[in-house]
Amino acid sequence: MTGHKTAVNALGVYADRTKASLDDPRVETIAEALRRTGNKSIGVVSTAEVEDATPAAVVAHTRLRADKADIVGMFFVVKPEIVLGGGSAYFLPQSTPGSKRKDDKDYIAMFRDAGYTLATDKTELVAAKGTNTGKILGLFHTGNMDTTLDREFLKKGSVEKFPNQPGLVEMTQTALDQLSKDEDGFFLMVEAASVDKMSHPMDWERSLFETIEFDKAVGIGMEFAKTHPDTLIVATGDHTHGVSIIGTIDDQKPGEEMRDKVGVYADAGFPNYTDENGDGYPDKVDVTRRLAIFASNFPDYYETFRPKLDGPFEPAVQNGAKQYIANEKYKDVPGAVLRVGNLPKTAGTAVHAVDDVVLQATGPGAEEFKGYMEESDVYRVLADTLALAPATN
Amino acid sequence: MKQRPITRRKLVLLGSAVALVKMTGASSASTATATATLGFDELYGKISVLGLSFSDKVKGLAEAEVSMQGFMAPPLKAEANFFVLTETPMALCPFCSSDADWPDNIVVIYLDEAQTFEQANAPIEVSGRLEVGSWTDPETGFVSLLRIVDAHFRTA
Repeated sequence: MTGHKTAVNALGVYADRTKASLDDPRVETIAEALRRTGNKSIGVVSTAEVEDATPAAVVAHTRLRADKADIVGMFFVVKPEIVLGGGSAYFLPQSTPGSKRKDDKDYIAMFRDAGYTLATDKTELVAAKGTNTGKILGLFHTGNMDTTLDREFLKKGSVEKFPNQPGLVEMTQTALDQLSKDEDGFFLMVEAASVDKMSHPMDWERSLFETIEFDKAVGIGMEFAKTHPDTLIVATGDHTHGVSIIGTIDDQKPGEEMRDKVGVYADAGFPNYTDENGDGYPDKVDVTRRLAIFASNFPDYYETFRPKLDGPFEPAVQNGAKQYIANEKYKDVPGAVLRVGNLPKTAGTAVHAVDDVVLQATGPGAEEFKGYMEESDVYRVLADTLALAPATN
Repeated sequence: MKQRPITRRKLVLLGSAVALVKMTGASSASTATATATLGFDELYGKISVLGLSFSDKVKGLAEAEVSMQGFMAPPLKAEANFFVLTETPMALCPFCSSDADWPDNIVVIYLDEAQTFEQANAPIEVSGRLEVGSWTDPETGFVSLLRIVDAHFRTA
């Protein structure tokens, strides 16, 4: 988040040719610009590890997004008032089982010493809302947080290990409650990370539930803006996936093969999801007439035409030659068929696409988003709206 | 941390060709004690955001002969003398992954002699001596907390 274009895998730098990933020329991030020019608070919320690319982009400078242990240190330098998400493994000293650091730094202790209230589950997040320290570090998983479908409905993934994770909606609400105490204003980045994390392995149902959750989180922002009309809300994606809804899959349709049950155009009809409890999510994900969603690009995998009720989909696994082959776990799912991939065998999941991305915005400055824009120019609108300027005497 | 016996690395370096799977017990150690089986769901007693703690079973089996079933993740480097045993077949995202992106519940396996990579879709059973505690692989920098050393494996 710098307003500059950069290289694949790089954050907040112009990529140079040296092998070292932390010595590339740096570009100021939006958080650093905010710190330099004023007193606005900063919040970073994601359902991924907080060291993952999007949350990291608020504060980080590295040629390699995989430098996650270093990125924790970069968060510590900037000290956003609110940091909520997963990825605690990179905060723990290497001697602690579960740590993914290669040094003895205890960032949990360091953030606490810097005045942060720590929350490690939904209950503690609620308690942290009452803090008067003004700073909350919420880490709810050692890695990426579980998806809404797993957390709230199927209890799969790693929910058994981390049973009390908050969702994006609660995290967004907590962040807004805290940040809005700052009379100078604030910048908050909220990422529904698993829309992407579940699109990679083509787990469409999980990805769609995440999209619903994202919609609800935007709703929290819209509600906030009603009473705080000086708030600009920008909702966009950082990239697309090659994925489309093309109709429905109807188990009642005649036919031997699952592909016979795919309804397109007028034959698609409407899916038969219900939402009787009005929570915004389908009451049941494995309905008999469900959305038909397919990717334009894929490794070898078994297409099951069904939601993955046993946990997130893992379409392909590596063989000894480091080539991805179809995961045979799904071979015997009734109706499953092998789809031979169109990606190189080095790709284990579906990949990002370069389609144009939708951006929607409301509030002051929103009118500056118009027509066709370069992604890097989103920053200019934010900088203008936040009136970022060097402090004057 | 104990010194790793130098002989093993030598063996691995020598054994870049296909080595036969050792079906008979290890030549030395395994005389008296029976091999205990250890499951992935038995590794940790407490799992929390602030760290995991090993189960009493793991602590009790430290330095004992154990066997574990799991999947062999493809080696980080072809010539590495260890591999990672995982609960489910690994599907690492090549765009976003580094060696730091392993799941929490992995066990690092140091073989007593080189064996060829087992197809990732097939479960294997690893036997060897359980080591508990932090160890940084001197060649790769890979940090592990649970290891099975002097190990061998077969398809489960």
